[in-house]
Amino acid sequence: MSYVRDVGALARKDLLLELRARDTLPAMLLFVAVTFVVFHFALPGTPSRLETSGLLWIAILFTALLGLGRAFVPEREQRTMDALVLAPCDRSAIWLAKSIATLAFLAAAEVVALPLYALFFHSITSTTVAAVLLADLGICGVGTFLGAMAVATRARDLLLPLLFLPLAIPIVVGAVGATVGEPVVSSPGRYLAFLALYDLLFAVICWASFEYVVAE
Amino acid sequence: MSSPSSVAGATIPTVGRAPRIPLPALAASSLVLVTTALVFVFFVAPNDVNQGFSQRIFYFHVSIAFTAYACFICGAWQALRHLWKRDPRADLASYVCVHQGLIFGTLVLLTGSIWAKISWGHWWLWSEDELVLFLVLYLFYCAYFMLRFSVEPGPQRANLSAVYALFGVVLIPVSFAAIRLAKTFIHPEVFTRHGPNFGGWILVTYCIAQAALLVLAYTLYRLELGAKRLDGRLRRLREAIV
Amino acid sequence: MLTAHRLGKRYGERRVLRGIDLALPRGGFLVVTGPNGSGKTTLLRICAGLTQPTEGTIERTAVRAQVGYLGHEPLVYRELTALENLELYGRLYRVAERRERTGMLLERFGLWDVRHDRVASYSRGMTQRLALCRVLLHEPELLVLDEPYSALDEAGAELLDVQLAELRGERTFVLTTHDPARVESLASGALALAT
Repeated sequence: MSYVRDVGALARKDLLLELRARDTLPAMLLFVAVTFVVFHFALPGTPSRLETSGLLWIAILFTALLGLGRAFVPEREQRTMDALVLAPCDRSAIWLAKSIATLAFLAAAEVVALPLYALFFHSITSTTVAAVLLADLGICGVGTFLGAMAVATRARDLLLPLLFLPLAIPIVVGAVGATVGEPVVSSPGRYLAFLALYDLLFAVICWASFEYVVAE
Repeated sequence: MSSPSSVAGATIPTVGRAPRIPLPALAASSLVLVTTALVFVFFVAPNDVNQGFSQRIFYFHVSIAFTAYACFICGAWQALRHLWKRDPRADLASYVCVHQGLIFGTLVLLTGSIWAKISWGHWWLWSEDELVLFLVLYLFYCAYFMLRFSVEPGPQRANLSAVYALFGVVLIPVSFAAIRLAKTFIHPEVFTRHGPNFGGWILVTYCIAQAALLVLAYTLYRLELGAKRLDGRLRRLREAIV
Repeated sequence: MLTAHRLGKRYGERRVLRGIDLALPRGGFLVVTGPNGSGKTTLLRICAGLTQPTEGTIERTAVRAQVGYLGHEPLVYRELTALENLELYGRLYRVAERRERTGMLLERFGLWDVRHDRVASYSRGMTQRLALCRVLLHEPELLVLDEPYSALDEAGAELLDVQLAELRGERTFVLTTHDPARVESLASGALALAT
């Protein structure tokens, strides 16, 4: 299928660019570590498992924002978006490829973040890992889409968090619900299902409307 | 207020559009309806058993909320028409709808806050699902404005605004579900709500208030849209001369 | 190939193009001239299909896959090598015999020896040559070139002359340049824009 090949070629390009530039991923790793330390000092008393679950997701969300802000920088600075838009491939392939690449970086950052969290705060369960995977899909899909929108504006980096955070609230709810687990929440599976539903719904919308974001 | 409405209602020749209710008639009917609603709310509707006179703000709060939803949904509908049918008038209509929605949304938050204070003594209640939902939507649509004013006017701005407006209506049910789900682990202070029994005069009053606000919203929408379209026409005329 | 009628483009309050008429047949070679700020770049972007006009109409018989656009920016990724850039565009444009064609173009424009170096290390002239490779890679029917001679040294410019002469008549060209004398012999039509 040529669509899959287009996505593959574009994703490969994005991954190569980041591996060469070597700035976003190290920044995300450092950011997540520092954020945890800040949390420790910012929370009076000993935070319970409930509270630190929330902190984990705040850290992941803002680390993701850091990476998402950089996603379309090469296309913006070198104007290569014009070339991608002119190519005969489906424009949604650009979004999908960029989302896959961003997902890879976010996952790489979390490979460090999760053990660090377990070290500093509380242990993590398999449900948490499932929540991380599902939430990442939503964060990267929607975040990449909005990143493309933000890049077309004057405000750029200022705008992405404003556009993204209201849409990220359902992700946070689903993720925290699943992370907190029993006995606070009767069925963490319900929250995972909610995350999956969110991912599916917004993936469809992003896929269908990316065309209008990049082309006139 | 008479001059803007008379200009907007004046006969600027339009080609091939469905006949529209003239603006002065709309303004008059919204005035009548709002007055009627006020009369009903303050004099006709019975006092609430639990909360007394102060509960009457509920009539406005709920009808304003519904009107705001209607505005956002209209905005998304116009956005869809812009993207799909390429209707050149749809972008501005979508923007004005969202703008109205935001104005009414502000009122929802204000009336909701007042109602909460009157009923339960707190200016803000995280347990009120609908209020929290409006807060999320409010922030979302504020970002809509930041987005819109950060792009030069043109087809790209119209496209970005339209797509974002569509995301907004999808967010409404998703957020609502999220807020409900969140209550399991957030445990906000819950206050038992004594909802009014919808019967008799209460229902009538509510319907009148709702109708009044919908007509008022439509009037304001037509007013703002007309003014903005006129601005656009003037600008194009000026350029044609230059 | 390209027909435009009373084309106009406005960016907000600023009017960039007004009342442009174009009739470019297949195999034609249109040279667009004008001072800076006269809207040449905007016109070319409209011809390539990157921007829509705000007034008037434009008809293009070539589909996206058949258009080659060279803008002010070379539109190549600086952190990738020449080979990787052309590999990407080759895949996106589904170029047949991609590797052979890539090699042939790199060699023709004198970039074969530096094909594994990152574009960031190239001079401006070399980057422009790579951009020309990118434009020609998928053998487009319609070539829209915005100041292709800029940044090229004499050797590079001569290579481009040869290329243009070779393809003249087979392909359709829209070109802007500050040195119209250079392409005078190839031109079938001229359009002068005023501010």
